[in-house]
Amino acid sequence: MLTIKVLGSGCANCKRVEQIVRKVVEEMSLDAEIIKVTEYPEIMKYNIISSPGLVINEKIVSTGRIPSPAEVSTFVASALEAAQS
Amino acid sequence: MTTLTPLSFPHTNKRLFITLVFAALAWLIAYNIIQPLADWISYSALGFAKDSRFGESLAFFLYDVPKILLLLSGMVFAISIVRTFFSPERTRALLGGKREGVGNVFAALLGIVTPFCSCSAVPLFIGFVESGIPLGVTFSFLIAAPTINEVAIIMLFGLFGWKVAGLYVFSGLMIAIFAGFVIGRLKMERYVEDFVWQIQSGAGQTLDEKLTWNNRIERAWDSVKEIVGKVWLYVVVGIAVGAGIHGYVPETALVGIMGKQAWWSVPAAVLLGIPLYSNAAGIIPIVSALMEKGASLGTVLAFMMSVVGLSLPETIILRRVLKPQLIAVFVGVIAIAIIFTGYLFNIIL
Repeated sequence: MLTIKVLGSGCANCKRVEQIVRKVVEEMSLDAEIIKVTEYPEIMKYNIISSPGLVINEKIVSTGRIPSPAEVSTFVASALEAAQS
Repeated sequence: MTTLTPLSFPHTNKRLFITLVFAALAWLIAYNIIQPLADWISYSALGFAKDSRFGESLAFFLYDVPKILLLLSGMVFAISIVRTFFSPERTRALLGGKREGVGNVFAALLGIVTPFCSCSAVPLFIGFVESGIPLGVTFSFLIAAPTINEVAIIMLFGLFGWKVAGLYVFSGLMIAIFAGFVIGRLKMERYVEDFVWQIQSGAGQTLDEKLTWNNRIERAWDSVKEIVGKVWLYVVVGIAVGAGIHGYVPETALVGIMGKQAWWSVPAAVLLGIPLYSNAAGIIPIVSALMEKGASLGTVLAFMMSVVGLSLPETIILRRVLKPQLIAVFVGVIAIAIIFTGYLFNIIL
């Protein structure tokens, strides 16, 4: 089970990241919970200073840009691998 | 355990670089044939007379649209490659421990090369202030980053030449340094929303990416697609209007209202520029045409800087972390600095 968080106050770029994540999760038919984190104090706990941020299982994988679907699937794959080992 | 490095395919490196060389060659050829091609289409193929108004406007349009779009794609690509070497996190580390003064200069310079979107303004502001970077230094960065904007620089270069583009960058830097310094001196820390001071960032864990050249090129190409995709329509419409002005408005028509003599034209241009953010790409071709008809350079640059530097959306976003008094000072100081720059150019040029 993966926990994927999209950090960002709700700007257009953050919404794009969320869409891409949803698509990847669906295509890989993953058991994942997708959470949108929109409050600044909560976002800042991840020590990021550029949004949107992407966090998988509490690990930051991307900040300040929109990762491609291919990138998101490699992020997910390495998170799954890390979870097993 | 070996760590997964996503997206590094060394065997495709060679092919990628060959593709790049070919793309660069194609770009150069295209850039050099658009002028004769535009003239040929307007005057030979369509048969308009060389001194006819419509023919002149059409040739102007057919030349400027591909020229600006080519410049935008080529230069956004180059700038984006440079920017992959910078990140807001790295900029914060570089600014840590810098005093005011030196810090303002550094922050403004880093504002040019650090990738920045106004939707990141709030986390960036919190992150900077919280790590101990002085408020004024943070503002120098927040003013320089959007004001010295790549699309504006490229279009000024394409339509006015490198001198005006250079002046624009230089005055943007000066305004960011000055305004940040003034805000720092005014000691306005208490006008930052209180929750900002209470935030505690998670320690340690930051993203430290190792990028390959493949990654850099891919990301640069993505930003070309994103930026050109976003502005091309404004460019086309802007140049169409500009072409109309070029062909139909008499020379010196604007000397009276936008020339050096009209003292009120600089503040009016700044006021007019504040709500016009998203149309920066479309406005430059129009002001370029206005300048041909007698508008003065200082007025035009003041307008440009107000359009990109004092944007309403960014101000609204910053309101989340700044109290109204500080927002007012922020807008006021930048507006005064821009007006001053506008007058300065009108006097010295």
